[in-house]
Amino acid sequence: MSDDIADVLIIGAGASGAAMAWSLADTKMRIVCLEQGGWMKPGDYPSTGRDWEARAMGDYSPSPNRRARPEDYPINDDASPIKVVNFNGVGGGTVMYTAHWPRLHPSDFRTKTLDGVGEDWPVSYDQLAPFYALNDRMMGVSGLEGDPAYPPGKTSPMKPLPLGRSGALWAKAFNQLGWHWWPSDATIATEEYEGRAACMNLGHCTPGCALGAKASTDITYWPLAIRQGVELRTHCRVKRIVTGEDGMATGVEYYDAENKLRFQAAHVVVLAANGIGTPRILLNSASAQHPNGLANSSDQVGRNLMFHPYIQVYGYVGQEVDGNRGPPLNLWSHEFYETDPARDFKRGYMFQVSRGVGAVAEAIASHETGRLPWGAAHHETYRKLAYHRLNLSVVVDDLPEAHNRVTLDPVLTDSHGIPAPKVEYRMGENSLRMIDHGVANAKKVLNLLGAQDITVQNPIVYGGWHNLGTARMGSDPKTSVVNEWGRTHDVRNLFIIDGSLFASAGAVNPTSTIQALALYIADEMKQRLANLFA
Amino acid sequence: MSNTLANPPPSWGDPNLSDQEKRTLAAMCARMIPASDEYKVPGADDPLIQADIAKSLGRDATAVHEALALLDRLAGGDFAALPVAKQDEACATLRAEGGMNLTLTTRIVLQCYYRDDRVMISLGMEPRPPFPKGHVLPQGDWSLLDPVRARGKIWRDA
Repeated sequence: MSDDIADVLIIGAGASGAAMAWSLADTKMRIVCLEQGGWMKPGDYPSTGRDWEARAMGDYSPSPNRRARPEDYPINDDASPIKVVNFNGVGGGTVMYTAHWPRLHPSDFRTKTLDGVGEDWPVSYDQLAPFYALNDRMMGVSGLEGDPAYPPGKTSPMKPLPLGRSGALWAKAFNQLGWHWWPSDATIATEEYEGRAACMNLGHCTPGCALGAKASTDITYWPLAIRQGVELRTHCRVKRIVTGEDGMATGVEYYDAENKLRFQAAHVVVLAANGIGTPRILLNSASAQHPNGLANSSDQVGRNLMFHPYIQVYGYVGQEVDGNRGPPLNLWSHEFYETDPARDFKRGYMFQVSRGVGAVAEAIASHETGRLPWGAAHHETYRKLAYHRLNLSVVVDDLPEAHNRVTLDPVLTDSHGIPAPKVEYRMGENSLRMIDHGVANAKKVLNLLGAQDITVQNPIVYGGWHNLGTARMGSDPKTSVVNEWGRTHDVRNLFIIDGSLFASAGAVNPTSTIQALALYIADEMKQRLANLFA
Repeated sequence: MSNTLANPPPSWGDPNLSDQEKRTLAAMCARMIPASDEYKVPGADDPLIQADIAKSLGRDATAVHEALALLDRLAGGDFAALPVAKQDEACATLRAEGGMNLTLTTRIVLQCYYRDDRVMISLGMEPRPPFPKGHVLPQGDWSLLDPVRARGKIWRDA
């Protein structure tokens, strides 16, 4: 390990950090990435053991507070109905995502102009389109071309995931209603792809894919980046970004794997620590020159947190369905995605349709909703529920609101004594009206399917998968943190490339867009190398 | 490959159950999920399942200790010693008053019950983890998309 000056220092080895490291590697610059977690071992993933469902509530819980691995940092989310979920390690959130792979719509980049809400992005869908495509090839996407919810030109290198029993039921019901549906794009290999095995329907994709069919950046971008000379240091937790008298970043202080505080000098610092971790580091980097935190002259760091409230609606049908016997993701419907003036809300929502759940998850959910009794009736009731559930989620476009924010907790710290993030969040009126509309339509399709015991979980409490908007990009330094190519307005050698950038959330899973943005910013940096700090 | 640790942090609570707690837990489990001749399944008080539960307290050890202590208090000291009708009364009160401690306790019971070989076989499942065999799904009929394709573009110009 060397602490000599790095040309580019990336904080975080997840979705965006990996993509940028790979893209910049061809410049032959000295690139160092610091990651607070370690490398994953697919043989340790839960689906390899009989306690696979239990581990999703333990050492592979999506909640860092519940999981509490040494590499996790605690998050005070008491003041939020939606709890933050994430993963810390090489691959970051891509280790534990569903691999659902929708893109934003073109209109998501122009919400203020089109609908008078939120903020416009300083980039467009068309600008990102080539980087979406490049990323789709790098991550390996399965899907079906021709989805009328998107502009032409979106292709997938692999065939879609199987429709399955569950999907066939949903498809027929959506057709009866005349609603849009399409097989979900997924970063799950459906055939051998770039050294990855084809999916065998282990069905427990979210807490890590033991087969390697699901794309996580530890098995996609990182091996290629490291082969090209990028240095990835694991178990290194950044304390703060250090700035010099000229206001430029000089490097970072971090705790290494032996818990020793070190300094890594760098010409360029790139934050890729997600929508919670990035504002945390910026706020923890306050100094005499930057008393409100780094890159925060606009007071926008940590504000405008958007989650995508997920509302799960499910019911039980007479015939057996897929349950956990395939990837959870199945179909999407963008029928209600775009603004309709006839509705009492702006923007819209996506239906994310899943196949069902496993035996233990069904037992726990049904027990906790009072559906599964104690006593002799337990067995007969359970057999009517297990592998008979159809569920979908209403994924809500969450508008940016300044009061939804990440700050530093005055008391809570991580294991190194670094102040932990505190999240304050409440759903806005627009979201609440959208939820009512979405739940009514979800019930409509479930009723058409003949589902019984229709249940609504509003919101999914541990559903804060998408942490967006807390260092948003924009052209105006008074209302945004970074410019149109990812550089902070205040610190000319500090870049941000993760979900913090989002000016609006859209109503889709964001990883595809996060990585496309990282590749776009890396490309802009390469084109501007001669005058990067001008 | 386990949800439990050989040396869990003290904050998780005592990973071991006392003999009294084991008796209380087994009696509660018998009321929760009794054995069934009809479905050829053991009850959740089966010794193998109880042993699995006892080593699976993990992050929720404190919650389990507190839930079992509450149940014994509701029973006047020893839940397992009560006649069945009185046990059911105590369980009804426990379910009303047990809160998150009971929720976490019953999650462990259900996790262990529904991964037992005999129970999985009764449900028509293979008693194995998902990896490496996986599952087979029907590919499906993509002509179901014909009406969606026929409708044309639904995205909005920007």
